[in-house]
Amino acid sequence: MYGRMTMSIDVRLTQIPKRKTWNTKSKSDNKNLWPPHMFHNHKGINTTVLCSAPDINPMALRFEVLARFNRARAARLTLPHFVCETPLFMPVGTQGTIKGLTNSQLEDIGCQIILGNTYHLALRPTSELLEEAGGLHKFMNWPRAMLTDSGGFQMVVSLLHLADITEKGVTFQSPVDGKPMLLTPEESIQIQNRIGADIIMALDDVVKTTITGPRIEEAMYRTLRWIDRCIEAHGRPHDQNLFGIVQGGLDPVLRDICVKGLVDRNLPGYAIGGLAGGEDKDSFWRVVAQCTGSLPEDKPRYVMGVGYPLDVVVCSALGADMYDCVYPTRTARFGTALVPEGVLKLKQRAMADDTRPIDSTCSCMVCKNYSRAYIHILVTKDAMGSQLLSYHNLYYMMQLSKDLHSSIVEGRFPKFVCDFLSKMFPEGDVPEWVCNAMEVAGIDISSCCAFPERVSNAKEVAEVAGIDISSCCAFPDRVRNAKEVAGIDISSDCTLSSSCRKHGSDIMSDEYHKLKLEMERLRNIEDALRK
Amino acid sequence: MSLSLSSSLSLPLPLSNQITTTPTMGMKFLVKKARGARVGALEIALLGNNNNNNIININTPNIVISTCKGLPHFISLDLLSSIPSSILQVSNLHFTSEGVSTNTISKLGGLHQMLGLNNKYVIVSVPRDSIQSIPQFKAATKFAPSFDTPSGRLLVKPKEYVEMISCMKPNIWAALADEVPAWVSHKRNKTSVDRTLKWLDDCLALNPETGSIFGAIVGGSNLEERRRCAEEVAKRNVSGYWIGGFGLGECMDERPTLLSAIMDVLPDDKPRMICGLGLPEEILQGIAAGIDLFDTTYIYTLTLGGFALTFPLDKNGNQQNFQPSQIESDSTKINLRATAYRNDTSPILEDCSCYTCKNHTKAYINHLLNVHEMLAQTLLEIHNTHHYLMFFQVIRDAIQDGRFEKFRQTFLESRRVPFEGEAISA
Repeated sequence: MYGRMTMSIDVRLTQIPKRKTWNTKSKSDNKNLWPPHMFHNHKGINTTVLCSAPDINPMALRFEVLARFNRARAARLTLPHFVCETPLFMPVGTQGTIKGLTNSQLEDIGCQIILGNTYHLALRPTSELLEEAGGLHKFMNWPRAMLTDSGGFQMVVSLLHLADITEKGVTFQSPVDGKPMLLTPEESIQIQNRIGADIIMALDDVVKTTITGPRIEEAMYRTLRWIDRCIEAHGRPHDQNLFGIVQGGLDPVLRDICVKGLVDRNLPGYAIGGLAGGEDKDSFWRVVAQCTGSLPEDKPRYVMGVGYPLDVVVCSALGADMYDCVYPTRTARFGTALVPEGVLKLKQRAMADDTRPIDSTCSCMVCKNYSRAYIHILVTKDAMGSQLLSYHNLYYMMQLSKDLHSSIVEGRFPKFVCDFLSKMFPEGDVPEWVCNAMEVAGIDISSCCAFPERVSNAKEVAEVAGIDISSCCAFPDRVRNAKEVAGIDISSDCTLSSSCRKHGSDIMSDEYHKLKLEMERLRNIEDALRK
Repeated sequence: MSLSLSSSLSLPLPLSNQITTTPTMGMKFLVKKARGARVGALEIALLGNNNNNNIININTPNIVISTCKGLPHFISLDLLSSIPSSILQVSNLHFTSEGVSTNTISKLGGLHQMLGLNNKYVIVSVPRDSIQSIPQFKAATKFAPSFDTPSGRLLVKPKEYVEMISCMKPNIWAALADEVPAWVSHKRNKTSVDRTLKWLDDCLALNPETGSIFGAIVGGSNLEERRRCAEEVAKRNVSGYWIGGFGLGECMDERPTLLSAIMDVLPDDKPRMICGLGLPEEILQGIAAGIDLFDTTYIYTLTLGGFALTFPLDKNGNQQNFQPSQIESDSTKINLRATAYRNDTSPILEDCSCYTCKNHTKAYINHLLNVHEMLAQTLLEIHNTHHYLMFFQVIRDAIQDGRFEKFRQTFLESRRVPFEGEAISA
């Protein structure tokens, strides 16, 4: 059977042949947009492009920032199989399918990129079979873009007890047949080359953010060493984009070294990894803010494992572009729907007699047709319940991505964020970390926040601290990061503001000392790095 | 093979040739031939949104698509349109046993609104669905039949049942039946007929004024009881007949006699629906006897097992030109779990026009089954339903052309060939 199929050597130039289907809209209309003009000239596109990648390294994408609001940006990301609009959420289709949904449904929902897991696909159906079938795109007949992760994430989460990490690579015990399986950076890239996704991820050494000690540092340096092996092993740089992953736990210094190291390699895009693994939200957003602050403006930034709608909004405000998470589909299988107000648990008894749709403002197939009462009788008992709720939840995430994009393009991003927050926190009890993050993102959310004085107070403190640093620091480039990291530290430390105000000066001088020490440390590291 | 459904039944019914109208709400049944295999058209008027009636035309013989809680087991509403059928079987017990009150359903406006079917589908409500709601003869009382459901055993009294029906507003509904398996005593069988008749009278007396009622016919494997039940039900004012008590352990060979005994008694101008027959052979048996609608779980069973129907839809019923792979196959269907399909990049059937065959390969479905992804079932159910509907189309064409008997013989004989070969080699 396989003899008949011609392997496409250059996926970039070959459109996946599509069979006609009943209910799909006009599929990728990006035929004319590929190959991107980056290798030729930039004049082909008539939209004003604020910034796009320089043409040095071979890469199979074009990233054009269309609009910005402070750090937030809306961009057009042209990949071999699809032209995407960022910020975007990528649903996870671990084993070559988004659980329970057909491709035509995914297109109806508006999915632009879906994710596959290298680790799972390498086990079943194996990458050789996928290559034989002409790549995962052809195997599952998915016409749009695709991303495969490296298998690194499986080390931290579910399968840590099955993995043994050494400098050579990761030895997994196969959950299918129990055989040991060595995943080296080279092997990971080769597998991903065979799978043939538009974006492939470098193998990184992921550690839980909740652990401390030298393991984090080891993992960060190893990630940097492995990226070179990944680049070396990458066999299809003109069809597939290799993204590097920033590691370094919650330590801003380590993160900074990692970012710098990766940026030096001039990759098509960068991911912020190692997050969403149980760390507190305050550390989480700070790492994101730090990384997006120092990653190049003209490359896509992908925050791995982020999928709560609130996190997506915050990260977008901080300048991230891509997200992936199993959350919308997994929570759907457990009977929870995502709604602007938060979540709706359809298993609850009260839903049995609720004749309203899941979300009356949603225009997805599920909300247009079904009542909560009907979904209630399906959830967690029938496969159909998972299908319908997954459909709704993904629709919600796609809509959120679209709204983020259009609100940035149309210059009403702050209003969008405020509307979003005030729907989710009608009492004005916006979590503090969100307030702090928005402060850094330069978005005024005081209108939907119940304690505006807290925010402004924090800002004051940060400002004072910030000015002090810059005046006493020699490397202006590094200062910005340090200032950010340090400044934010303060704001979170003196949050319960009444006490803060009373003893404001004391605390501030304390903080100032701390900061000085921190700067000292940073400078030492900096020196070491220069050498 | 001409498989276009649209041109399926132009029914050039000359008026002299038995046109019958059933007086009850919005249902009309036109049937061409009286005895034996017959083609007909079931016309059902659904009240549209703007009060303009939407007429749904269902060509018979046909299957009533089996559903779980109103949707085919793995096919959601947006994919349902890819299946060329518009008649769904719904078990009303699914809803009430899950804690949704009938009040809520009627507040929503009935099942049509609840299921978002937008008046494009005919709903046939039958309490037994053979999957989740199974008649339990031991627990039935003289007041009510009993059903085993996922949320326990339910006794459904006629009064409650009619109440459910009037809230759910199906287009067609079957009366309650005391279904007993083939092995029960004569006395129990007789009781079941008496009870079923009594409950039918109760249902009729309560007169819910919604949909068309189909009288239930039971009687197990007893010819006398079957005939008595059919005769009694035929006397009542019902719009059609629902034949129960099959597929419950009776021998396949005794079915034709039982069925023809029933059909002899029933008036020809009303539709007949049967529950419990599903295999292609059984379908042909039923059609030969004069059954119009089949409520079957065959497709569901196949789908769960990872099977895809592949038997040829030859217009003469010939099954011999089919070259099945010898692995995991009985020449009528293939087991997609088999490793033989691991790298098979062809669709299930090259000339099938279903969503699955148009878009996906056997290798992909094999992978999905392998990793327990539920999309496998969705794709298989779409294909199997589509294939079976096409099978019915071929049968209708054969009846129309007056060559059904020949079709049936060819089908059955050529289907047996691979097995005969096996028997010899063994």
